[in-house]
Amino acid sequence: MKRWLPAWVGAPRLDPVLLVLLLLIMGFGLFVLYSASGQDMGVVERQAIRLGFGLVVMLGISQVPPRILRIWTPWLYALGIAMLLTTMALGVGRSTQRWLDFGIFRFQPSELMKLAVPMMVAWYLHPKVLPPDWKSTAMTIVILLIPTLLIYRQPDLGTALLVAASGVFTLYLAGLRWKVLFSFAGLAAAAAPVLWLVMKEYQRDRVRTFLNPEADPLGDGWNIIQSKIAVGSGGLMGKGWLHGTQSHLEFIPERHTDFILAVLSEEFGLIGVTLLMLTYMLVIARGLYIASTARDTGSRLLAGALSLTLFVYVLVNGGMVSGVLPVVGVPLPLISYGGTSAVTLLAGFGIMMSIYGHRKFIS
Amino acid sequence: MISYRTNHAIKDDRDEQRRFEQRAWLGFGVIVLCILALLGRYVWLQIVAFDQFSTRSENNRVAVRPVVPNRGIIYDRRGRVIAENVPAYRLEIIPEKVSTKQQGLEALLDELSTLIDLTEDDRKAFEKSRRNYRVFDSVPLKFNLSEREVARFAVNRHRFQGVDVVPYLSRYYPYGELLTHVVGYTGRLDADDIASVDEGNYRGTRTIGKIGVEKSRETELHGISGFERVETNVRGRVLRVLEKQDAIPGTDLVLSIDVAVQQAAWDALGDRPGSVVAIDPTDGSVIALVSKPAYDPNAFVNGISQKAYDEILNAPGRPLFNRAINGSYEPGSTLKPFVGLAGLELGVVTPQTRVFSNGKFYIEGYDRPYRDWKKTGHGWVDIRSALEQSVNTYFYQLSMNLGIDRMHDYLAQFDFGATTGIDIPGEARGLLPSREWKRAVLDQPWYPGETVIAGIGQGFNVVTPLQMANAVAALVNGGTVYEPRLLYAAKPAGVEKAKRTLAPVERQIPVVDPQDWQTILDGMDRVVNGAHGTARGVSVDAHFRIGGKTGTAQVYQLAENRKPKPDEVAAHLRDHAWFIAFAPVEAPRIAVAVVVEHGGGGSKAAAPVARVVLDAWLDQQPGPAP
Repeated sequence: MKRWLPAWVGAPRLDPVLLVLLLLIMGFGLFVLYSASGQDMGVVERQAIRLGFGLVVMLGISQVPPRILRIWTPWLYALGIAMLLTTMALGVGRSTQRWLDFGIFRFQPSELMKLAVPMMVAWYLHPKVLPPDWKSTAMTIVILLIPTLLIYRQPDLGTALLVAASGVFTLYLAGLRWKVLFSFAGLAAAAAPVLWLVMKEYQRDRVRTFLNPEADPLGDGWNIIQSKIAVGSGGLMGKGWLHGTQSHLEFIPERHTDFILAVLSEEFGLIGVTLLMLTYMLVIARGLYIASTARDTGSRLLAGALSLTLFVYVLVNGGMVSGVLPVVGVPLPLISYGGTSAVTLLAGFGIMMSIYGHRKFIS
Repeated sequence: MISYRTNHAIKDDRDEQRRFEQRAWLGFGVIVLCILALLGRYVWLQIVAFDQFSTRSENNRVAVRPVVPNRGIIYDRRGRVIAENVPAYRLEIIPEKVSTKQQGLEALLDELSTLIDLTEDDRKAFEKSRRNYRVFDSVPLKFNLSEREVARFAVNRHRFQGVDVVPYLSRYYPYGELLTHVVGYTGRLDADDIASVDEGNYRGTRTIGKIGVEKSRETELHGISGFERVETNVRGRVLRVLEKQDAIPGTDLVLSIDVAVQQAAWDALGDRPGSVVAIDPTDGSVIALVSKPAYDPNAFVNGISQKAYDEILNAPGRPLFNRAINGSYEPGSTLKPFVGLAGLELGVVTPQTRVFSNGKFYIEGYDRPYRDWKKTGHGWVDIRSALEQSVNTYFYQLSMNLGIDRMHDYLAQFDFGATTGIDIPGEARGLLPSREWKRAVLDQPWYPGETVIAGIGQGFNVVTPLQMANAVAALVNGGTVYEPRLLYAAKPAGVEKAKRTLAPVERQIPVVDPQDWQTILDGMDRVVNGAHGTARGVSVDAHFRIGGKTGTAQVYQLAENRKPKPDEVAAHLRDHAWFIAFAPVEAPRIAVAVVVEHGGGGSKAAAPVARVVLDAWLDQQPGPAP
């Protein structure tokens, strides 16, 4: 396919459809960030540099054949686990131990695991006969549970959720039997009260606040209420770019990071939100299409899992900003300010590009 | 059916691919449903509940804040500043914004008191004033913070949500206690005050005039509040003023008080409690109004502690008591000129009518004697010499002939027994006795003996120093009774020149024969300048001719109406000394009433004070007109 395109377009092994969609999201994101940061061009420039760096990473990874990536996978996974343990020992960061400081840049090892876990699960299942038998399933669960628990203990509920989800999606796409899937779901539901008991107090607070934000409107409920006001006051058309009063008057905390969607909703209205969601769905659809054209089992599972994980980002962030899901630290992909998250996501898309570039041409 | 569990099952890529696609597209279907549900939420927020959130967003952002007008400055007649505004800082709390995590206000106050000197009184006052404000209003906690306190709070400010240091203008009275009983002071606005003013205009105001001119001229001094609609950020910090209506500053007031004269009177009283009121008889303006002792009004401006207040309340001489307008004294002989005028004008006596004084006066049919202050009597006297020597017998006889009814009605024209209508609150009426009054209040008939002593200002008669000064002014200006005025001129904001305010004329006493009035003034002239005058020494070296009348207000009555000798009784039972005066006799420009409590005789204690006041007013170079 795409024979009508000049030959050099194929050379960098990039999927033009996916690339255009990502660039659209990132470009829009920079506009929103300019507004959300209080028209701070410095913030926008820093984010643009990170995104540029992410694109370079994506380009680089897309040139590496999936076969080679698979060889690296166990090492990457092991490195990730090692860094998580190091972080635990000597991490930096506000009250939570999430960051590793390398002097010139800081790195969040848990971000690496967002890629390493699905890669590792795909690597593990790649030679197996699918659907996985009980032994493979158990092994897969161990692979994803170790980093999930380590990240959860940092504590970073949002990332733990994303990491676990990416592993579970891989299993799901591998054709794990419904019976087993539903038993897990039942088990998870049964475990909820247990989870409550092991939660940190601040996490419990977030859940409590989520359930009844108006109980403490000036304290913990503040974020949710102000975010809802921002979204709601945006209306259908929005207040216009740079005209969001809620965000510009600093009523929204974290307004250029986790809550940037509130700014977007306030300034671009329901139309802006719908268009953004549509673009994300197109990205996911494109990702699933790429997965279905993959040459081997491992690549197929990995591309599929990465696509589905993107959905978790969008749903959780969109839900938390609009007050239907508790506040967990999940950014809006490629739009929220922050380097590691964007680079990880783009690296993931690089893997998908690589899989796309080495797809099978007949199916 | 293929068993998945066999280890040697063959990997079937086509089957895996098919299963993957099923799962993938099923998953995608679920995703679409979830995203649609999420969008449903956004539809609800942005379309269905749009109005509600839009309103809340607007409320978040726009606050209407009152702009407090600057209070008018008060000057004295010569342009000296007697009440001004100085920059200060106060601590304010917005109860609603105080985080609940701080276990409420109590804990917050405890924490604040580590930085700022908070007394129990401050807390009480805060609790009290809190009730007058809405929860989202800023309630003042402590006024007039020291620079240290401001700095300490500024450093720790992040710890106290809803607490802020607010700059404001604090009232300051440079002359302190000298003018307290005239100017009064401003104090913390409380519930009673709010009920008496237009609440909207006082939304940002924290203090209000409590007594004196500050209270009576509150409306003019306060001005009209403006407002500004401001855009605020989450911390209430103003980012932008959207709309502003400036406040109209209060009117600057010029009082008729002359601080130099006031000060002279104050100093002349020394440490004796007493009062001096001086009025310009040509226009009814009050030149001096002294009540001593007094207290420092500046202590009240920013809230006074209970302890400090108790100290003032219980201080000897009752400094809180405004003797000038509220002190009720027996007029004694200072009433004689008015009784004499009544006799002349009503035709009961003529200037030539003579009475023989032998020291004792009897009412026909009674054997109780009414005495002269001179045991042996004064011999034959007419009205002039009766005033000169303060001959009781002359006035006993005159009163008997006049009768209480005519005496009351005539003296009432001078506002005895009625408020003068001065423009500060709290004035006492005094008492001018009459047959009706006694029947109504005491339920007793009027006795002739009471008429006799009423004629020399004793018995039921009670006057305030202000009443007396105002009556003297009317006596010397030919019968024009003014409502005395402290306000001399007013300069509303935006007006270039102060506009003179005239004291209204309350009434013109009908003059039957101007010669009668002159006769009384002659008599009063003789009190000071006559060979036998009771206040002979008072005009030594004066650059102008003085008229006057001494008087004694009895505090303690000895048997048989006999005057006690000063050394016979303890100081606090000694008589009050009166002196009324006017000058220059030819064309009076000042009328003065002086009371020195427990001063004994009027000529020795009170007359020198009056002289100092006359000098201060008449000898000074004419100052710049305000």
